[in-house]
Amino acid sequence: MENDVVLKMQGICMTFPGVKALDHAGLTLKKGEIRALMGENGAGKSTIIKCLTGVNKFEAGEIYLDGFEGPITNRDTMDAQSKGISTVYQEVNLCPNLSVAENIYIGRAPLTKFRTVDRKQMNARAKKLMEELDLNIDVTANLENYSLALQQMIAIARAIDMDCKVLILDEPTSSLDDREVEKLFQVMLNLKKKGVGIIFVTHFLEQVYAVCDGITVLRNGQLVGEYTVEELPRVQLVAAMMGKDFDDLASIKPEGGEIGKDAPLVIDAKGLSHAGTIKPFDLEIREGEVVGLTGLLGSGRSELARAIYGADRSQTGTLKVKGKEAHIKEPIDAMNLGMGLLPDDRKAEGIIGDLSVRENIILAMQAKLGALHKIPMAKQIELADQFIEMLQIKTASRETMIRQLSGGNQQKVILARWLATNPDFLILDEPTRGIDIGTKTEIQKLVVKLAGEGKSVIFISSEIEEMLRTCNRMAVLRDGAKVGEISGDEMTQEGVMHAIAGGDSNE
Amino acid sequence: MKKAKLNNNNVLLLITIVLFAAMYLAGCIVYAGKGFTRLQTFLNILIGNAGLISVTCGMTCVMLTGGIDISVGSLVALDCMMMAVGVEKMGMGSPVLMVFILIVGVVFGAVQGFCIAYLEIQPFIVTMAGMFFARGMTAVLSTQQISITSDALFTKLAGTKIEFPFGGYVNTKGILQVPYIRVTVVVALLVVLATFFLLNYTRFGRSIYAVGGNQQSAALMGLDVKKTQLKTYILCSFLTSIGGICFCLNTMNGTVGQATGLEMSAISSAVIGGTLLTGGVGNVFGSLFGVLINGTISSLVQTNGKLISSWANIVTAILLCFFILLQAVFAKVKERNK
Ligand SMILES: Nc1ncnc2c1ncn2[C@@H]1O[C@H](COP(=O)(O)OP(=O)(O)O)[C@@H](O)[C@H]1O
Ligand SMILES: [Mg+2]
Repeated sequence: MENDVVLKMQGICMTFPGVKALDHAGLTLKKGEIRALMGENGAGKSTIIKCLTGVNKFEAGEIYLDGFEGPITNRDTMDAQSKGISTVYQEVNLCPNLSVAENIYIGRAPLTKFRTVDRKQMNARAKKLMEELDLNIDVTANLENYSLALQQMIAIARAIDMDCKVLILDEPTSSLDDREVEKLFQVMLNLKKKGVGIIFVTHFLEQVYAVCDGITVLRNGQLVGEYTVEELPRVQLVAAMMGKDFDDLASIKPEGGEIGKDAPLVIDAKGLSHAGTIKPFDLEIREGEVVGLTGLLGSGRSELARAIYGADRSQTGTLKVKGKEAHIKEPIDAMNLGMGLLPDDRKAEGIIGDLSVRENIILAMQAKLGALHKIPMAKQIELADQFIEMLQIKTASRETMIRQLSGGNQQKVILARWLATNPDFLILDEPTRGIDIGTKTEIQKLVVKLAGEGKSVIFISSEIEEMLRTCNRMAVLRDGAKVGEISGDEMTQEGVMHAIAGGDSNE
Repeated sequence: MKKAKLNNNNVLLLITIVLFAAMYLAGCIVYAGKGFTRLQTFLNILIGNAGLISVTCGMTCVMLTGGIDISVGSLVALDCMMMAVGVEKMGMGSPVLMVFILIVGVVFGAVQGFCIAYLEIQPFIVTMAGMFFARGMTAVLSTQQISITSDALFTKLAGTKIEFPFGGYVNTKGILQVPYIRVTVVVALLVVLATFFLLNYTRFGRSIYAVGGNQQSAALMGLDVKKTQLKTYILCSFLTSIGGICFCLNTMNGTVGQATGLEMSAISSAVIGGTLLTGGVGNVFGSLFGVLINGTISSLVQTNGKLISSWANIVTAILLCFFILLQAVFAKVKERNK
């Protein structure tokens, strides 16, 4: 191993039941280096970290650590800690029922000469440590009394207090405010000076360029590449994360074009937000308009849609639907206002596997009418047949259990469910994910056709080409906030990428 | 800094203590004529439940990790039977038997703990198997009731009164009755203190709380969750064996049907004492008061004389519901405050 390399992982493969989470992923970390580990949600960042610390068992690949001959494997976090790898996991991993001080020192608490836990010393040390982070809190109080941000700082304090040569921070800044982030950066730079190698996972691009020396990019569990910060400006980074080769992007012209300003407003959201998922945003959608939501996975696309629909109740702002102020408390209110939501996680939120295709189709309509007004069977059959025909759902019969259908056809059934309620406004969250290319095109056509009939649509997709083809206008999201809109001439792949990357794109 | 923080968990303990005090006071007022106010009545509750106190300490530790051990009642029966058979049929000395009983407890707990921690089988299932096994072994040793009479030391231990220099009263025959406790009470209270110390001032004890608070977090913080679980089940069976010896000193016999349902008394005492069924919250002083509340209920029913003893069970059941409901409410409130 080269002299200044402290950690090298290569060819790491790891499979969860049904998901290949890592496929020959790797990472190289030098002494005194801060390396950003980047990738969209689900790229495998947390998984590769957990492979390193022994939480996940990997099937292939090697890990080399400075000071150890040959490849190492860690049995568990404790083992990793003893080898000098200290980790703050993405989920705050502390015990709510223990005091702050104990959370920092548990497992390695200072002992008195009788080998009992020296609480006094432990509390004093914890207090000092927290003060170094500018946090003046009661360290004897239980952790559950403190906010998520503070808990995150406590987890960080725990990690940096251990003597380590590799420090791993998996999205430590997600709930910190600017001041706290600044403090964290100072601490990181101090450790860097001492020669600690730091792996830093974040979804805030500007943070990468503020403190990091190198960038490792993962996509779909694979290593895309390892770069220095200078080599990889923002836009290139986004392109690498999304898997687009930025230099030869073909410009795809949108078909739709803009909708005139005279078309009536269907949705007029002002300052809606949901704590922890989406910051306040404004959004207008006109009749017959398809608005795309774009941004990296996890940037708040689904969350924005869910806030409008009331699936996550908005705490601020106002929402006007067709000019009238709407108070949406739960999804049924949204349905009664003529909205429909096709969720992105159709397994968890959408389909009910043990019901038939027919039952799944009439589900939303029945919910809207209320349980007392049962839709007559003849009507149900008629509706089901109509949509099976219209969307070309491939099913043995209308009474087939939906779980026996392929993913694409399940998707169509859920789409049919919402179309059956005859909504004026539809939210389609990744309607084409995981379905074959032919069906994809059909769904895209259907969206355009619905818009032509005067319906309004929010269309969310990770595929920019698809969005460009179907949308009239796009809203851009970054880090849980709506940061802008693009329309007209900017509606090209390149334009979208620049908008997603944000900042000075030539940085 | 030393200011006691009145959080939900302390509130649960406080409610338990207040409830105990209120119940006892009510007994004193209603049954003053029947001698409920005498110090000895209270001490009798301690004497009668000495074994249970020790067992409940073990149960509390297991419940703190988020587990359960329903084998304790049967293990107590097995302990008594081993003592009885050893002394009466095999002519062994009681000190040797006591050590043997404690070793059996450790081994029994180790096997259960291993299955739970390392083979990841449900605690309920494992300890249910343990329950049947221990009860079965008791019957294998003997199906008869065997009284322990021939071991001088054991008889002396059981008969020893530790008298109090105050609080006596003169009975109807004009003889001064001095309040006393038995050796078992001293043992039980020492167990409470030792367990309290272990839970609060050792790394192992704190790990128990961490595992119960959030098992996944504990593992990610580098604690050995499995080892902690294993050790906790060993501890539980060990304390149960101490309780078993105390129990035997009280009953002075071994029979198959002994201590049936003791596990349920231990669990309900721990819950009434503020131990969360989900783990992570509770302490042994709460559990001690839990036992005392259960004991007071029985004592009240007995003192009344007209009620059948099942009334004690009914009241315990109501209390249990009340406390579990309270736990649920607190959990909800906590979530709301998030
Ligand atoms: N415990 C788990 N069980 C099954 N699949 C998982 C589990 N954890 C992660 N995955 C899957 O592994 C992939 C990588 O996830 P993760 O490493 O958490 O991504 P990232 O941290 O980059 O957002 C995703 O497809 C995710 O769904
Ligand atoms: Mg992650």
